[in-house]
Formats: sequence, structure tokens, C-alpha cells
Amino acid sequence: MALPIGVDIAIQHLLHRRRQTLVSLLGVALGVGFFIGISAMMQGFQRDFIARIIDVQPHIIVKDEVRTAPRQPVEWIYGDGAVDLRGLKPREEVRGIRGARNIMATLDEVPGVQVAPALSGNLLLRFGGRDVSVNVTGIDPVRERKVTHIEKDLLSGSLDALYTTSNAIILGEGVAAKAGIRKDDLISAVSPVGVVLKMKVVGIFRSNITLIDNFDTYVLLKKAQVLQNRANVINRLNLRLDDIEQSGPLAERIERQFGYRSEPWQEQSRNVLGIFVIQNGIMYSTVGAILIVSCFGIYNVISTVVFEKTRDIGILKSMGFRPRDIRRIFVLEGLIVGLTGTVLGWLLGWSLIEGLASIHLNMEGFIKSQGFILYRTPRHYIIGAVMAVVSATLAAWVPARRASRLNPVDIVRGAG
Amino acid sequence: MIAAVEARAVSRELPGPVPVTLVRNIDLTVSPGEFVAVTGPSGSGKSSLLYLLGLLDVPTAGTVLIEGRETDTLKPDQLAGLRLARIGFVFQFHFLLPEFTCQANVEIPIRRLGALSDQAARRRAAGLLESLEVSEHGGKYPDQVSGGQRQRVAIARALANDPPLLLADEPTGNLDTRTAHVVFDLFRDLAHSQGRSVVVVTHDTDLASMADRRIHLVDGTIVE
Repeated sequence: MALPIGVDIAIQHLLHRRRQTLVSLLGVALGVGFFIGISAMMQGFQRDFIARIIDVQPHIIVKDEVRTAPRQPVEWIYGDGAVDLRGLKPREEVRGIRGARNIMATLDEVPGVQVAPALSGNLLLRFGGRDVSVNVTGIDPVRERKVTHIEKDLLSGSLDALYTTSNAIILGEGVAAKAGIRKDDLISAVSPVGVVLKMKVVGIFRSNITLIDNFDTYVLLKKAQVLQNRANVINRLNLRLDDIEQSGPLAERIERQFGYRSEPWQEQSRNVLGIFVIQNGIMYSTVGAILIVSCFGIYNVISTVVFEKTRDIGILKSMGFRPRDIRRIFVLEGLIVGLTGTVLGWLLGWSLIEGLASIHLNMEGFIKSQGFILYRTPRHYIIGAVMAVVSATLAAWVPARRASRLNPVDIVRGAG
Repeated sequence: MIAAVEARAVSRELPGPVPVTLVRNIDLTVSPGEFVAVTGPSGSGKSSLLYLLGLLDVPTAGTVLIEGRETDTLKPDQLAGLRLARIGFVFQFHFLLPEFTCQANVEIPIRRLGALSDQAARRRAAGLLESLEVSEHGGKYPDQVSGGQRQRVAIARALANDPPLLLADEPTGNLDTRTAHVVFDLFRDLAHSQGRSVVVVTHDTDLASMADRRIHLVDGTIVE
């Protein structure tokens, strides 16, 4: 069956301008291909990072901090008055969450929420003449394993060893590597308040998040309280939720109810998530620029065809082609370039992804990886196609409209 | 008998600071099967009159009737529809689409009208090329055939949808005398044996004498 005559004419126009058509096709294909490739790479990294922090870190951390300084009584009473307090000396508060056990008991009642207490602080590890400054978190292993995946990330040892071994400590892989420490080594731990303990390394973990692996260590909660000289103090409550989407609202509720700063995972990783937003902006701008350039190519091709085919447009109109038939022919040309370029771009994008997937390299940035982390989804192919087809069609629309408005009388008069 | 085309007090004026009158108050009736030649000096409004009769242009006064139907109230799409089905155009320049073969060029209006199947459209185009004695060139592209042959293909294309009205604007302007006579013979035959109305603009009085009726224009007005 023959193609509709409009489609046939559009195809013939493009085939007779092979070189220019090819350049436009390449522009669209590059735009779509790189969009798919870069999206897979960047979203792969971003999604992996988010999955890991969601996996590794608590979904909400309740800290022994308040967001804003407490209001003074005079400010309460004269809220609208011109009150200016100078030289105010805030009361020295004992750090730690007051009534942490009660808060935990309340949160235990919330369905789908697991809560674990922690005391975090700093520690200096000394081993073989090397000092390593680390973060130390005192945990309750029974509760902790329900809140973070520290147990899953252990390369050696077990979480329960914190109970069974006195003065036990679990180190991040990077911490151990920095000081040359291995499991079962005895190391010295010096706290900022001057407590020194000989501790035994009962486990080494790898979360694949560089910052955590290079700086974090875990001890029993009681041991952390001894090291910090803060008996019975808990300065963090770590929460894990069955429904991750509830992190934000629940954190808000906890903060409102108990007054302590409650950070959902998005807030804890705000810096990195902010970088992702910028990254995505750069990616979409770059791909957008490629597509805009290819649109100019398409516009150029269709404009040239319209200019060259002015006489043909005149005769087609005299034959009974309506203005919209003429417009359709040239819009169709843009659409054909957009669609063909999209298919080529899909192939290019797929090849890029598979090419990147075959590259093996050890990377250590925010996260550790043995190669590019790629996120393969049909969504990228669909978005790329929609962007390409819409922009190609729009690029063709302007010259197509001009063609449809040409007056056949002017054309045939001028053509003799 | 209903006229194939009729102009009633048709005028066409180009707007501007100094308006230019192309044709002025023209009354003309062309009956079915009639072969009419329009002559006149350059700039007398011959082509303008033809474009008005062929609904390519719209009169500023008066009306054009196609087979008794007034066209001044029709929308551009309806005018295009009438051109497609009821009117065939031949110009001085052949205007064949260079990307298509001669046969494919003839098929274009048939495919646009969509009244025939693909196979029937091919058969009709081939038949027209044969009747115009250019069937052996059907598979060639326009730049592979002579000027006379191109013009025959253009005539075949104008007849593709079997229009009752054929309008030709200086169709022999680029042809040698012998070929020009052949083309005019063809027009006369289309009128007399096929019953089509043929209106041909020409500046050649010798060729014009081959028509049934001759209309002479001067300054946009019929003078004889």
C-alpha cells in the first residue's frame, strides 16, 4: 500500500537533502543518546547513594539540640513590644536528651517505627604509634540492628560481640586501614574528657559510604557513656520507618511534641542532595543545549526545503492541497527527523550504557564502587523521545507555517 | 446547460498606496466542451483572469461560478477542494516535482483526492500518460525528459482527477512551434472529444486561432 501523499512528499524532500538531513538526525540522536547515557549514570549514582544512606543511616535522628534559642520570659510576655536583650547569658544545660527513655517508649508505640538510643561523640584511637580521630557511637545492639544495617555491613565479627567482649569496639574499614588495625587487635581509645580505655576490635564494617567507613566506630552504649563520662546520657535517638515517605512528617511531629531537633534522612544528607539538584540541572541544561542546537539544524533544513520548494508548494496548492496539507508536509519532515533521530539516539544511549557498564574501575568519592553505577529505565528513553520529537516538531512548525501561507499566485507568477 | 465556469462582473484590484487594477468588470461564460483562448498584450490581465477563474485568486468585486455554484462565500479549504476535483491547471513552467517520476507526478492529485485505490490510481495515471503519448517516460524523472514531454506530463497531471475545467497559462511559452501546435491540438481534442472546458492564455495569435473562441484583453478589460 502506498504511503499517504503528504508522507511520501516529506520523505522525498528529506532524501533529496541527505547530508543536511543526516546532520540534523545526528544532532537529535546525540541529544537523545547522551541524555539516556548521562541520566543512567547520574541517576544510578544518585539512587544508589540514596538507597545506601537510607539503608545505612537512620531515617530520623532525634538530637539533643533545639533549632532556635529558647525565648526569654520578657519576650513571651511582650511578644509585640520593642524588647532588646543584651549581654544575655544562657543557662548551662547538661547535654543529652532529657527523658530519652520516655520518648523511646512513646515512639515504640507508633506502628512501623523502630527506635534505638545512641550516644555519639569523638574519640582518638591510638595503635602502633598512629593516632586516628574518629566518631564514636554508643549503641544498644538489640535495638540498633532494627534501625541501621550495621550488622549486614560487617566484614568480620558480630554486633553481639559488643556484649560478649569487654571494651569492644567496631571500626569502619577506612578507620582500620588508616591505622593498620585488624580484627582482634587491642587499641587505645582516648576520649576528649581524658578517659583512656584499652579496647578490642571485635568487628570491621564497610557501608561503602566513604565518610562513614573512614570516620565511624561503634561501642556499647554503656561504654560510650563511660568514655564520655556522661552516665545514663543519650544524645541521639535513631529511628527507622517501614514507610520511608513518612520520615519528614514524623520528624516534624516528634520535634513539635518533644522539642528536640529531629532530622529526617533528607535533612541529614541535605548537602549531597543539594549537589544532586545542581548535577541534574547541569545535565538537563547540557542535554537541552544539544537538543536546541539540533533544533536549529532541523529548522535550517526545513527552512531551506521550504525556500527551495516554493514552486512545488505553489503547484501543490493549485492542485488543491489545503494550507494545512502543506503545513503537515513540513511538520512531518521535522517529525520524521525527530523520530528517526530518537531511534538512533536510543541505540546510542543503550550502547553508551552498556559501554560504561563494561568499564571496571575503583572509585572512591561519596560512595565506593567498582565501576559506574547505572540506572536502566525505559523512562529515560521515553523522556528523551518526547523531548526530541516535540522539539523537532516545534522547530519544523515555523517554516511549515510560512510554507502554508505562501500565495500560489505569487509563486506561479514569479516562477515563469 | 450549466456553464463550466462563469465570471460575473469580476474585478481584481491590488491594494496599496496606488491601487492596481488587474482585471475590471469581466463577464465571461465558458460552456462544457468549449475551447477558449485568452489573448492580450503583456500586463493586460490574462493570467490574473485565469487565476480568478481557477479559484487560485479571489476577486475584489463580482463572483466566479463553477458549474453554476457561486464561490465567493466558500472558505479556502472548500476552494481547494473544488480545485482538486473540478479544475486542472497547466502553467508555462511544468512545475513537476523533481523528486517524483513522471508517473508518480501524475498520481499526486489522484492520491490527494483519495477516490481511487492505489492500483486504480496507478492505472489511471498510466492511461493518461499513454493518451498523451508519453507512457514510455512514466518511470523517468522530469529532468530526464524533454520540455515538450514534461509539458505533456503536466497536462496529464492536470487531468488526473478528470476535471471538467482545464485552465492553461501560457502552456506553450517554453515550447518550440511544432510542439506548441501539438499541445494546442491536444487541448482542442480534450474539449471536443472529451467535453471538457478548456481556457488557455496565450500571446500567440496563431495558436489562439485554433480555439473555438478568442477573448482579447487590454488593461484588464475584454475588448473583443
